[in-house]
Amino acid sequence: MSANAELINPPPAKLVVDRVTKSFKSQSGWLKALDDVSLTVGEGEFVCLVGPSGCGKSTLLNLIAGLDTPESGTLSSDGAPIIGPGRERGVMFQEHALFPWLDVLGNVLFGLQLKPSLNKAERIDIAKYYLQLVGLGRFVHANVHELSGGMKQRVALARALAPNPRILCMDEPFAALDAMTREHLYADLQDIWAKRKKTIIFVTHNVREAVCLGDRVVLFSPNPGRIREEFRITLPRNRDINSVELAEHATLITRTLKQHNTTTNTSE
Amino acid sequence: MKRSLVAFIFFTSLVGIWQILVSARIWSPVLLPPPIDVARYLWAALQDGSLAEGTWVTMKRLLLGYLIGCVIGLPLGLATARSKYLSDTLGVLALGLQTLPSVCWVPLALLWFGQSEAAMLFVVIMGTLWSVLIAVDNGARNLPPIYVRAARTMGSKGLHTLLKVILPASLRFVVSGMKQGWAFAWRSLMAAEIYVTLLTGYGLGHLLHFGRELNAMDQVIGVMLIIVSIGLAADKVLFSPCERFLQKRWGTAA
Repeated sequence: MSANAELINPPPAKLVVDRVTKSFKSQSGWLKALDDVSLTVGEGEFVCLVGPSGCGKSTLLNLIAGLDTPESGTLSSDGAPIIGPGRERGVMFQEHALFPWLDVLGNVLFGLQLKPSLNKAERIDIAKYYLQLVGLGRFVHANVHELSGGMKQRVALARALAPNPRILCMDEPFAALDAMTREHLYADLQDIWAKRKKTIIFVTHNVREAVCLGDRVVLFSPNPGRIREEFRITLPRNRDINSVELAEHATLITRTLKQHNTTTNTSE
Repeated sequence: MKRSLVAFIFFTSLVGIWQILVSARIWSPVLLPPPIDVARYLWAALQDGSLAEGTWVTMKRLLLGYLIGCVIGLPLGLATARSKYLSDTLGVLALGLQTLPSVCWVPLALLWFGQSEAAMLFVVIMGTLWSVLIAVDNGARNLPPIYVRAARTMGSKGLHTLLKVILPASLRFVVSGMKQGWAFAWRSLMAAEIYVTLLTGYGLGHLLHFGRELNAMDQVIGVMLIIVSIGLAADKVLFSPCERFLQKRWGTAA
């Protein structure tokens, strides 16, 4: 296999979450993080999971990534049940989670080294391609601590993309960055998504961010974690987070979110 | 360049002060010989080969024992960090034995192995093993869990995770543990060599011991200088490169 063959996209996956329940033990007893949640994500779709903290959106992402197992219900990607982490599902965390003992290239190579079909030169070609894609072609041999927060998340994105996963799970990846850096990354992520054709599940608590990035915004509500409503976003791409139409969409969703908060608060 | 000049001036002044103290004749020259006598002893000992042989014998014992200690301690430390049972048993044992000054192993080693190389090796291994084990355990235990999670999502598991993630992530602890192990091994070996005469080889500790028996203060101070130099050299050759690497990659002092 050559680097070019590896860089050709497999078809993006279709993801099915079927009646999944997951609880965690807390000090005040059992907490239902996910209660009977079902969700179907189409091939190549960009889905944003939005909701207040504790609504189960990150829990669902962990289940999709295979880092956790559900109490009941099933998850499958392309018909195959998800029973653990796998290369076909890349993950990007809120913290960059880069390995400080490796340089930038070494970090991107980490996942590629677990693909036995490639030789060393091909792996390096692929890693460099992705570093170029995230705009860090000049920082191949930099150490992690020398990079800014935004650059670290770019490396993390390159690392998640390098093994060519079919699904990319992103858990509030831009939450810790400053606004300017974030806006750059919104534009770049939309470009990369268009170019690399992934199915993306993106968790955020920022409604505007969700509207800017997603084909679909799935709104969660907490206690117990359930899907409250879904919004299809048909604004043309690439979207600018500061545009007026985008703000209108976001306001609508935020209103729904607040409505739910007041109803639950009065009922309690 | 400037720094080495400062260092040179510092150490030259130390020798100068030493010479002044000798010239002041506060103590008998038997107790405090002039620097030139020590230099003369070192030169003679170099010529007759006793110094080279002593250094060689000592380093052989030290390096071999140290290596064995590290090779055993490293995997055991990873194991105690990963398994609750091992941590409750071997981990507690290691913690206890680590607090034991390693020179305390000498009497036991003599009874078990007699006045032999094996006894020396045993003492050095005991000095190294426990602190390496504890440090690696500590490093692997305090690992941010996000590293292992991230590695798992890229398809890493089992032995691969252990060798490619957990071990390098605890590298800072491993290096400081190996450094401490080295210091303990070095101290215990010196104590053992001063304490016990082995016919299979005279180490630096023996030279020191003979110096005392012969009332030859020039020899005592000379051998001490050599021991200090070896300690410094070990730090520069073995550990400084590791620490520089850690500093470069992590961006912090180890």
